[in-house]
Amino acid sequence: MIWNEPMECMSRDQMHDLQSRRLKDMVVRVYHNVEFYRKKMQELGLEPGDINSIDDLVKLPFTTKQDLRDNYPFGLFATPKSEVVRVHASSGTTGKSTVVAYTRKDVDIFSEVVARALCCSGVTKDDIVQVAYGYGLFTGGLGLHYGAEKLGAAVVPISGGNTAKQIMLLQDFGSTVLACTPSYAAHLAEAIVEEGIDAATLPLRVGVFGAEPWSNEMRAKIEEGLKIQAFDIYGLSEIIGPGVSNSCQYQNGLHIAEDHFVPEILDPSTLKPMKEGSTGELVFTTVTKEAMPLLRYRTRDLSSLDYSPCACGRTNVRMAKIFGRSDDMLIIRGVNVFPSQVESVLLEIPEAKPHYMLIVDRQGTMDTLEIQVEVDEKFFSDEIAQLNNIRNKIKHRVESILGVSVIISLVEHKTIKRSEGKAQRVIDKRKI
Amino acid sequence: MIIKQLSVFLQNELGRLEEVTDILYKHGINISALCIAETAEYGVLRMIVSDIEKAAEALKEEDFSVKITNVICMETPDIPGELHKALQVLSAQGINLSYMYGYSNGGTARLILKVSDPEKAIELLK
Ligand SMILES: [Zn+2]
Repeated sequence: MIWNEPMECMSRDQMHDLQSRRLKDMVVRVYHNVEFYRKKMQELGLEPGDINSIDDLVKLPFTTKQDLRDNYPFGLFATPKSEVVRVHASSGTTGKSTVVAYTRKDVDIFSEVVARALCCSGVTKDDIVQVAYGYGLFTGGLGLHYGAEKLGAAVVPISGGNTAKQIMLLQDFGSTVLACTPSYAAHLAEAIVEEGIDAATLPLRVGVFGAEPWSNEMRAKIEEGLKIQAFDIYGLSEIIGPGVSNSCQYQNGLHIAEDHFVPEILDPSTLKPMKEGSTGELVFTTVTKEAMPLLRYRTRDLSSLDYSPCACGRTNVRMAKIFGRSDDMLIIRGVNVFPSQVESVLLEIPEAKPHYMLIVDRQGTMDTLEIQVEVDEKFFSDEIAQLNNIRNKIKHRVESILGVSVIISLVEHKTIKRSEGKAQRVIDKRKI
Repeated sequence: MIIKQLSVFLQNELGRLEEVTDILYKHGINISALCIAETAEYGVLRMIVSDIEKAAEALKEEDFSVKITNVICMETPDIPGELHKALQVLSAQGINLSYMYGYSNGGTARLILKVSDPEKAIELLK
């Protein structure tokens, strides 16, 4: 089912016109109401009248997370504070968090796009949606909550953590949809086995997972573990929160709500547009948001765009599953390494569990990459030679994918911390 | 005689071995033989214990990875050449020895051997 057919299935020409009209209106609003953007545009010699269609997007200035921090907390508001009905903030790992704001209309758009995303995942008003994303300043919990309500589903606002209770409610309430981070879903799948519960007996049928990059192999593993169909929901608080895009049943990318959020793919080093299908940094312009519209926000997420029609009937552009973050990218002896690559390899090796930690260090002038991997109990052997075989197999496979030599350390079952939110996968001990 | 051996995966962390012995002690399990094989990063503790099922359960409960394997226990007179003779018999019949450990006391030596075919090895050593 498609939630909003007129907006999700229009022709590319119609979308071009709609985005153009909305962009022109948005540029006028930010130019007149946000000093930050007015200055930036003036520096580039731009006036609102120079923007006549979505093709002029490339002329506009960028926005970065640092710009949000510099204007903390309310410096980028484009409406009077009295129009704001909600704020969210992202937890900054360093320094100040970034604040985002919503007018009543923005909150409605947020619910609308999440409802579309859920519908895209096959969720209907008959479902019971267990929202195990954190509620609070993070957009995940409330975002899914209002979207599921808009769809007409029953919401179980359990928030993140408390695994025993999550499992109890999956059984007692018979939740049919689970929304959380993929790493937490993997954790729940393990915990369900430990409780001696057969996942096939749970009414749970759909997972809507996001807020961190995850691989297709991870999806297969979660689908197998929880006996569900798993969908990818993408979003970031700066743009609106979850619901910016979502995968459909054909699992060939995530349909972007591009009537609200116009995507571009840029080369992260030159910031020039890349040709369709290339992998680069995903950049969004929020053409309808009122309280805090952003021009060309650099997400740091790496993806690609596909404008070809999808078998599901939606014509909205599809972005490839996030490949990694340009921030997460580790440069090891000059080679770009993404934690997600390591994850995909581990998921293909039955002897290893997809719980891992990358430890980057520097010995002399040489970078070292140690990967701690938990050995699956079933493959533990009393013979050192067998264990070394497992280690060498992992080492060989990882090195062939990453293109750098690595140290594989086999660690005890359950020693790598399980996360209930975003997984911490990298420790970089290099002092640069 | 074929007996069951309990192996435990140990990260090379001080105190991990002590945790194992503590768990076994608390469950009243006696260790009659023990050997640790280690590499630079991890080790494998192998033991012959009084109640192997109980010991394995107790360790699993504490998230240790454990494995139960068949090994052979061989008793020989504690005189030069006895072990050599036994090993010759095994290798002549194509039985591989993965590892062994043991001790001698009061004129007899008791050895624990991990071999590729425990049943056949026992027959040969009779
Ligand atoms: Zn589709």
